[in-house]
Amino acid sequence: MNAQALLEIADDELILGWRNSEWTGIAPFLEEDVAFSSIAQNEIGHARALYEIAARDLGTTADELAFDRRPEEYRSSTFVELRLVPDWAKTIARHWLYEQADEQRIKALMESDDPEVAGLAAKIDREETYHRMHAQMWFDRLQDEPRFLAALDELRPLVDRRREHIPDFAEFWEEMTVVRRSVAGATW
Amino acid sequence: MVTREQVWDALAEIPDPEIPTISIVDLGVVREVAVENSTVRVEFTPTFLGCPALEVMREQMAERIRELGAEPEVQVVLDDSWSTDRITPAGREKLRASGFAPPAPREAAAPKLVHLQTGTFKCPYCGSTDTRLENIFGPTPCRSLRYCESCRQPFEQFKTI
Repeated sequence: MNAQALLEIADDELILGWRNSEWTGIAPFLEEDVAFSSIAQNEIGHARALYEIAARDLGTTADELAFDRRPEEYRSSTFVELRLVPDWAKTIARHWLYEQADEQRIKALMESDDPEVAGLAAKIDREETYHRMHAQMWFDRLQDEPRFLAALDELRPLVDRRREHIPDFAEFWEEMTVVRRSVAGATW
Repeated sequence: MVTREQVWDALAEIPDPEIPTISIVDLGVVREVAVENSTVRVEFTPTFLGCPALEVMREQMAERIRELGAEPEVQVVLDDSWSTDRITPAGREKLRASGFAPPAPREAAAPKLVHLQTGTFKCPYCGSTDTRLENIFGPTPCRSLRYCESCRQPFEQFKTI
């Protein structure tokens, strides 16, 4: 399995996990605070596992891949990078679109010739089942809401766009890696 | 020299860091124990990939093995070998007794939302199946929240994975 292809997925999961965690403490109601925090934790867990496989191929570590690359080296899509807090309609639209696209990607990985990648993808898929249920539950609830439909139309073309990062990606990267860089040489 | 059985027994005393009522052996996350001379190799797999207790579990296993006078080699395996079906019958009973509804058996296909929304899940307190889904997600990734209409208790339901 190509390490660069794994990095693309891992970067998406890390950054979306980060964005989802921005709802922790401020979601519109408690159930969603818990849900988005839990989904964020899972996505970052998936990123870590994918980085570990890529890191072995590249002769580095998962932490270095996640936090020590330069902003321009990340392969994430613009779609996951967008900061959508406090827009709930857009957040749910992204969640639903992402889970659909991610499902295809994970199913493809499950067919990988590399047994380690295929096994990990199958484990990820078990967890993602619950993300998809959650996204679908919200889709069913909001499918007649004009704001939600407008958000879907706006975000759909961005799902796999990787030509450029969001304009303030460098600031986002600063924020995401500041703790890691705060003490030189720390291994945490 | 330490035997495999001694290692399994020692590992069976380690509580799950997040649900201490159940041991990591009952949880089914210890996949393999092998003894070679003075080295004990353990393979284990996390329940969920984002499990924050991974390092704690790894360290506790290494510690127990050192106490037996052997050199630990604990490997984390990130494959698809764990499912909630691996929780032992004793483990399921321990979960239930402490208010966690044990997971439903995994069927051939992945669990579905309509299934979670039906009342077939049993309340761990009164045994009623008149329960409803409150939230797919709960205090840790492995749990959902349900509410028992019969005894009016919220309870945590282990997700089927």
